[in-house]
Amino acid sequence: MVDKRIMLTKELTAKAESKNLSFFYGKTQALKNISLKIAEKNVTALIGPSGCGKTTYLRCFNRMHDLYPGNRYEGEICLSPQNINILDKSIDPLEVRMRIGMVFQKPNPFPKSIYENVAYGLRVRGISRRSVLDEKVEQALRGAAIWDEVKDRLHSLAFNLSGGQLQRICIARALANDPEILLFDEPTSALDPTATARIEELVTELKERVTIIIVTHNMQQAGRVSDYTAFMYLGELVEFDRTEKIFTTPSKKLTEDYITGRFG
Amino acid sequence: MEKNHLLELHKLIRKHKLYDNLFAIFGLIALFSALFILFVLILDLVNTGYPRISQTFLTNFPSRFPEKAGVLSAGVGSILVMLVTAFIAIPIGVAAGVYLEEYARKNWFTALIEINITNLAGVPSIVFGLMALGVFVYKFGLGSSILTAGLTLSLLILPIIITATREAIRTIPGHIREASMAVGATKWQTVKHHVLPYSMGGILTGIVIALSRAIGETAPLITIGALTFIAFLPHPPFIPEAPYISFQWTMDAFTVLPIQMFNWISRPQKEFHVNAAAAGLILLSLTLAMNAIAIFIRYHFRKRIKW
Repeated sequence: MVDKRIMLTKELTAKAESKNLSFFYGKTQALKNISLKIAEKNVTALIGPSGCGKTTYLRCFNRMHDLYPGNRYEGEICLSPQNINILDKSIDPLEVRMRIGMVFQKPNPFPKSIYENVAYGLRVRGISRRSVLDEKVEQALRGAAIWDEVKDRLHSLAFNLSGGQLQRICIARALANDPEILLFDEPTSALDPTATARIEELVTELKERVTIIIVTHNMQQAGRVSDYTAFMYLGELVEFDRTEKIFTTPSKKLTEDYITGRFG
Repeated sequence: MEKNHLLELHKLIRKHKLYDNLFAIFGLIALFSALFILFVLILDLVNTGYPRISQTFLTNFPSRFPEKAGVLSAGVGSILVMLVTAFIAIPIGVAAGVYLEEYARKNWFTALIEINITNLAGVPSIVFGLMALGVFVYKFGLGSSILTAGLTLSLLILPIIITATREAIRTIPGHIREASMAVGATKWQTVKHHVLPYSMGGILTGIVIALSRAIGETAPLITIGALTFIAFLPHPPFIPEAPYISFQWTMDAFTVLPIQMFNWISRPQKEFHVNAAAAGLILLSLTLAMNAIAIFIRYHFRKRIKW
């Protein structure tokens, strides 16, 4: 195991890197020149007050903004190891979304069975062999730490589960596609403390195999689950560093004010 | 002072409650008078027409003698026209609704189309009949056929189906679409796997309501030249030799139940009026049956899906 403390001072291994990324909703600029490296197989937390652009930034990574007209990116997000700019016009957003999974703020399962929810990404990829699907679905559900709770009712409607369970189904749905990066958009904001703790635990387990970016409103959560933290304010990246550093000795006054609860 | 103020307040509340109750009573009266009139009308129809309905009434062709006349050709005509209408209007209407809601960019052009679809729904049906007479009957040379009737009624109910489809699709929350797209689904996959299946209840309800409107239409069909007296059935759809299916029937002359009714009611003999009531009863039960199907579909689909 590499000592993370040594990595702190050295260059991190970047899975993705945004270079001078700006984003516009029509004429409104929501992100201003954000340059940030996302460490491979680590958790990067994006924190900041409401409206600071952290969710907007997250949704750039799987080109979610392409779904709505009038949105525009400037700058790049380079994805390793091919070092391609996933924001480039020549890259199909479908390819990006197949490689980078997302878990949303509110659990959003399809009104289908648990099995079909998890298998959906595979079906979209044209996989229909029962044996392959069965195996992948089980793997994904195990990966999302929910297999034991649902293995006896895989074919019943997903709706009948609790919020925390639903969110883990949604995580399994993303995991089934073997994503390279998993994006979490405030995944616990609709959940109770127990369910939140389980999701946080899960995030910590998942970083062994996948790079994670998590947007959170909750600074304690960022402190608990992340290795790196980026503090954003009014569409700009204020500070980015190892999480311990941000929460103990931030170098910017603004960051300190925010994490000590003086505003936001 | 304090007490006076409280009394004022009580007075005010009493006044407001009075208006509240007055409106409730007014609404109740309005509701019951509407229901009462409807009830009387239906009762009258049943009273007059029900005794006339028999096996022979359903299986006889129209006749000069009221007691021998039946609704066979009109009933078969209605069913065939409905088949053609459904076959044309459902795919086009649903596809147009999906396109407008899921694919079309929101700009002045789509806004214009939307306004015009709403306008089309308000165009008097006879105007559709006139247009169909000019275009389908004369220009395309389709004649006064079942096909022409189906095309005309399709145009008439397209706006209803399009609007119903859009309303149904709009109830699906955006996060479901995002969830689908986020795993790499295309727009069409999202529509096919999620949007259409989840809104099927609303869409089918709209379709059934549209068809039950079409089945009662008379004016546009008279305009395109539907006959009022037919003593034969259209060509059969299945034939003994290859290819076993024939579309000859779509080009046949036809009549439908409301036209048959209209014809009977305009005769001087009292007995024909009874026949008209009986045919009306059959038409009414067809419509009610279709509405019952719509209610069942809505209930069945709503039960399974909650957001």
